[in-house]
Amino acid sequence: MTTFVSSASTLVDPIADGARIAVPPDYSGVAMAATRALVARGVRGLRLVAVPQAGLQVDVLIGAGCVASIETAGINLGEYGLAPRYTDAVQRGELRVIDGTCPALHAGLQAAEKGIPFMPLRGILGSDLLRVRPDWRVIDNPYGTDDPIVLIPAIRPDFALFHSGMADREGNVWIGVRRELMTMAHAAARSLVTVETIVDTNLLEDPALAAGTIPSLYVDRIAEAPGGMRPLPFTGGSVPVAGDEALLARYARAATTREGFDEFMKDWLA
Amino acid sequence: MSACTEAELMATTMARLLADSRHVAVGALSPLPATAALLARTLNPALRVTILGSRKHLAFTDGGRELFDCAAQGRIDTFFLSGVQIDGQANINLVGMGDYERPTRRFPGSFGSAYLYLLVPKVILFKQEHTPRIFVPKVDFISAAGVTPPNVHRPGGPRHLVTGRALFDFADGRFTLRAPMPGHTVEEIRRETGFEFGAPIDEAAAVPPPTATELAALRGPVRSEVAEIYPRYAAKAFGQSART
Repeated sequence: MTTFVSSASTLVDPIADGARIAVPPDYSGVAMAATRALVARGVRGLRLVAVPQAGLQVDVLIGAGCVASIETAGINLGEYGLAPRYTDAVQRGELRVIDGTCPALHAGLQAAEKGIPFMPLRGILGSDLLRVRPDWRVIDNPYGTDDPIVLIPAIRPDFALFHSGMADREGNVWIGVRRELMTMAHAAARSLVTVETIVDTNLLEDPALAAGTIPSLYVDRIAEAPGGMRPLPFTGGSVPVAGDEALLARYARAATTREGFDEFMKDWLA
Repeated sequence: MSACTEAELMATTMARLLADSRHVAVGALSPLPATAALLARTLNPALRVTILGSRKHLAFTDGGRELFDCAAQGRIDTFFLSGVQIDGQANINLVGMGDYERPTRRFPGSFGSAYLYLLVPKVILFKQEHTPRIFVPKVDFISAAGVTPPNVHRPGGPRHLVTGRALFDFADGRFTLRAPMPGHTVEEIRRETGFEFGAPIDEAAAVPPPTATELAALRGPVRSEVAEIYPRYAAKAFGQSART
């Protein structure tokens, strides 16, 4: 049964120190209000999985000292440039980066949603990623002849954490075309979701909505948190919501130094 | 010829390389390739253009993985990649400088490059800055390999490199200079490139600047479409249109 909770802070209660959490990219549905709650609580040792890349959310968590490792295809602040706390942490040797490539992140989650140990994937051969990813294997295609192919192990996060446009009172969550959220929910043991709004109709009864809806089967907790992706833009609702450009620009500037980041966070958490 | 910006010259050069493409895809945060693809489409309306980060030019409904599934199936002809370093074997580095474990400079990451470089038939490399800092003898980290052993399933790979100074072709494991950009010389390009490359067939060749038609398209409909995705970029990358 899906549990409905009153706030983004309560939503993230089940996330203990050291949890492995899958998070979506900035263009999808990032749960920023829930992220703020995690920072405020002082969670430690998170093992993040970016699906397949990350931005502001992960930079903030890294800067606040919440992260032990991040598996990702890339981290930046979009049009605002490099992710400063991430860059700094790696250059200081303070963060474990598990470097990947976008389709490998997707494939690892797909293996998990199928309950199989790995997924084969084309490409990648010749890349140094294979050198720094001993968990990726190369086998000879058993259906071919002298045809090396990469295997990506299943990625099974403890949690998927994201924001979406709407849920119903049964616990079904509409995600529209943002189907990486569906894959994340299928792959993770538990899904924690903030939504713009909770509707009284059953989303699965409307065929136009059902195809883009995660059934409550996969959804552990929901909190109604309008604007839960701010300051990031959000296109997953009924109308696109612009990002808070001034705040994003301010973050990109401030977070280039430790002091600037701390100052920004004091305001943001207030 | 009207004066054009370096970005316009590069975009035009990249757009002309799309003449035989049916479906070109452009990654996130790639305003220059997006400009090139949209310019190519104004001249060839049958060209399918997919731009990550656009609402208007993104027709995928299966989430972030669909681009990659499409590429592996051969449904995408052309893609663009860049790097913080690019070497003479067309290896690209998007990860960092120095030792991998403790880099002197860390960059965002490899994104989809390690995969798409092998699978998309025509990959066009682009980098506006053309200096020995970028074009090195050997990259510090191979995000995506320019050349792979013959038994590797590789329908794709690097075909061209467009920079602020030159257009190169890549074949048989090495770059050949096709022509300098207007105002640049072969000698200067050799000095600014940290790897060996083949000499142009025609030593006097230069990349043709945008035609009046190309420039009008760039500064009119293309600029508006780019602004939907990259408002900041569109405001600065284009020159003044002729009528103002």
